Amino acid sequence: MSQPTPASPTAAPASAADMRSLGDTTFPRLLLKHVAARPGADAIREKDLGIWQAWTWSQLRDEVFAIAGALASVGIGPGDHVALIGENRPRLYAAMIAAQALRAVPVPMYQDAVAQEMVYVLRDAAVRVAVVEDQEQVDKLLEIRGQCPDLAHVVFDDPRGLRHYDAPGLAGYEAFTAAGRRWLDGHAGAVQAAIDAGSPDDVAAMFYTSGTTGNPKGVIHTHRNLITMSAVASRMEGLTDREEVMAYLPMAWIGQNIFSYSQWLVNGFTVNCPESAATLSVDMREIGPTYYFAPPRVLEALLTQVTIRMEDAGRLKRWLYRRYMDVARRVGERILDGDPTVSTADRLSYRIGDLLVYGPLRNALGMSRVRVAYTAGEAIGPDLFVFYRSLGVNLKQLYGSTETAVFVCVQPNGQVKPDTVGPPVQGVELKVAESGELLVRSPGLLREYYRNPEATAEVKDPDGWYHTGDAGYLDAQGHLKIIDRAKDVGRMADGSLFAPKYIENKLKFFPYVKEAVAFGNGRDRAMAFVNIDFEACGNWAERRGIAFGGYTDLATRAEVVDLIRDCIQQVNADLAADPMMAASQVHRFLILHKELDADDEELTRTRKVRRGFIGQKYQPLVDALYSGAAEQFIETRVRFEDGRVGAVSATLKIHDARTFPAAAGQRKAA
Amino acid sequence: MARTIGDVILAVDAISLSFGGVKALTDISFDVREHEIRAIIGPNGAGKSSMLNVINGVYTPQQGQVTLRGRTFSHMDPHEVALSGIARTFQSLALFKGMTVLDNIMSGRNLRMKSNLLLQALRVGPAEREENEHRRASERIIDFLEIQAYRKVPVGRLPYGLQKRVDLGRALAMEPSILLLDEPMAGMNTEEKQDMCRFILDVNDEFGTTIVLIEHDMGVVMDISDRVVVLDYGRKIGDGPPAEVRANEEVVRAYLGTSH
Repeated sequence: MSQPTPASPTAAPASAADMRSLGDTTFPRLLLKHVAARPGADAIREKDLGIWQAWTWSQLRDEVFAIAGALASVGIGPGDHVALIGENRPRLYAAMIAAQALRAVPVPMYQDAVAQEMVYVLRDAAVRVAVVEDQEQVDKLLEIRGQCPDLAHVVFDDPRGLRHYDAPGLAGYEAFTAAGRRWLDGHAGAVQAAIDAGSPDDVAAMFYTSGTTGNPKGVIHTHRNLITMSAVASRMEGLTDREEVMAYLPMAWIGQNIFSYSQWLVNGFTVNCPESAATLSVDMREIGPTYYFAPPRVLEALLTQVTIRMEDAGRLKRWLYRRYMDVARRVGERILDGDPTVSTADRLSYRIGDLLVYGPLRNALGMSRVRVAYTAGEAIGPDLFVFYRSLGVNLKQLYGSTETAVFVCVQPNGQVKPDTVGPPVQGVELKVAESGELLVRSPGLLREYYRNPEATAEVKDPDGWYHTGDAGYLDAQGHLKIIDRAKDVGRMADGSLFAPKYIENKLKFFPYVKEAVAFGNGRDRAMAFVNIDFEACGNWAERRGIAFGGYTDLATRAEVVDLIRDCIQQVNADLAADPMMAASQVHRFLILHKELDADDEELTRTRKVRRGFIGQKYQPLVDALYSGAAEQFIETRVRFEDGRVGAVSATLKIHDARTFPAAAGQRKAA
Repeated sequence: MARTIGDVILAVDAISLSFGGVKALTDISFDVREHEIRAIIGPNGAGKSSMLNVINGVYTPQQGQVTLRGRTFSHMDPHEVALSGIARTFQSLALFKGMTVLDNIMSGRNLRMKSNLLLQALRVGPAEREENEHRRASERIIDFLEIQAYRKVPVGRLPYGLQKRVDLGRALAMEPSILLLDEPMAGMNTEEKQDMCRFILDVNDEFGTTIVLIEHDMGVVMDISDRVVVLDYGRKIGDGPPAEVRANEEVVRAYLGTSH
């Protein structure tokens, strides 16, 4: 087994001059370019009162100039911060360009944050003007205004409920832009002059990252950072001015900014703002986006909806669905990838399936016209990923973060694998440090963290490498595989990689496994605790006529143990196929008698397993896994929802799982 | 609050109503001022719905009269009531279950449609313009009540709390100056009740609609009403601002039972 040679940079071929010319503009200048090229085309739409209302590029320009005039009239200039808080709304997008036109810095903030969480950002960035969506945001800002002395103006888009508000500096969008237009009358050419004076290396926007510890950090990106990466990815995917994009994720998240702001202004396509979060699926169907992003949890929710609706459908429909989803699973992805070895008979059945099932299904999902779809943010289960691809939706994974302006790796068309995130995009260099941590150098790297040189120095070394904090490696085809957070990755006794989250995620992709905890750091073999998913396993048991008396009973049924063993053995077969991971196959496992719970401090509030804590709390069980014992008694304290504390005891059986020889690489054994 | 409460717009005077030997209402008088939220509360069987039905013209009282904007009636005709700007919702929902949310709300605009049935069916000329206008008004209500996601969903498929919201929307579609709400929060969970409270306050605030509501949940009513009438066994036992009513011993007895 050979480790990939550390510190061997793999650079995608890209000339520095090319990269430089791609990013040699600013967002306001891109706006003016589109106004000249396609003044009457729709720039941004919003569904209001049941109808899609559009601003053309020239209307957008007028709004941007009016807001810019208003911002200038209240003294906003280069380097000042303007906060944007709300759902995706055309006026907030216009305000973003307007701030940039004055060389001020827009700071999009999470609209669902509670008031006190906003104080830190507003103070840190000394925000002077906030442009917000509605009463909810206005209420929050008025509540914390005393703590944010710089916040002089709050401008709101939707006046509902705000008619009787009387606070200094509070203004509706109409009144604010009317004042801006008056200001423009007296200062002809001022906004244009500011746009002309702007430089690609000006700060374009600041994004606060939550960070697991400490205060959020403001990530500073220049126009050049964002535009270069947006242009590189657009070129790779062949994006044009005819794309339709649905803007539905929070504006404060850099991905949303890249996909429907930065790439919007780079390409001049149309961005659509849904009527409300609840109407998204209808809005998707009406617009039919061609370029789409969805985090795995959104794709999962959509699939669940489809599954439920299919179960309620008539018998013929259910039969058709089952019959043709089998065909899709078998050949759908290969057809999508243009594989020439698919037989004519299979192609024909897929074509019929497309007519009867896949086409209508894509339409119901609003994905009929999707040419490029991305998912990222967390590991995606292979079944979920393959489901969409086999329907003919060109779903691909990408890898990146706020600090890298999103694009580090993207799966190219035809080279999509469920467990990698593709090769680095043009202009991006990757290398793996001695520690296993992934380092990135790219034209999209953050300039710095706002007023935080220590934090900047921690992640960006003098040679310009950004330390991602992720552990990963490049496979034989040069595709990046992310396995875990670098700090969680350990070594087995023989020195091979041990990435617990990688194994746990693979287990959790099975519906029957709710949680898993893998052990193996410094050991000769890997072991696992498993929490069954009560609903999925219960359902499975009922369908087989297996009687059970509750969670603990179900968890000890021999049939359920076999079911879980099957899952583990499939994971082992998968791990064995990967030379880097073969050593961490799970040799023995046990099924816990109680669900891991955040109230018992076994999970974090965001439902991540606290591996170290669990290892200590259940020390006797871990010891038993390694000692070869067949069963082990354990007593643990549990906290009930009403705060009472009780004890739960059980004798847990320990089970063996089959492992596979590393080199054999038989993928779907067991 | 910039909302100013105006003069008396609706008054009931010495109303008595009985069904055979059962006295539903005995000598009830109270008034409603423009732009206020006026609640009628009382335990089950106190005569609340009967009172609303008298105002609405569904029941004709044996004695007493109703004064609406200075005009006095001893009998109100439901159609005339509707034309005079009074809309109501129903405790047991009066919606077309098989029709969509949008169509149900459009149906509330029926009174405001001027063109004849044939023109409407053909959607020509003025009828089409009119329909567009009604659609716009209905869409404003959908937006206001935040039910955009259910626009095209048949009402029967919606959960109860949402159906109540649609019923309110149908009443609002008439653009009433007085809105009668019959137990708008019955059968709702706490969150749905809070939402409904907000919509009632918003209707009152944004459109200046005078609201008369019946409710047996005292807590909710006390929070949003300007003045409260309390009925018990068909008699009025309290009338005044919430704080005053809450301190009224007879009201407390009616709600908590007496201890002799």
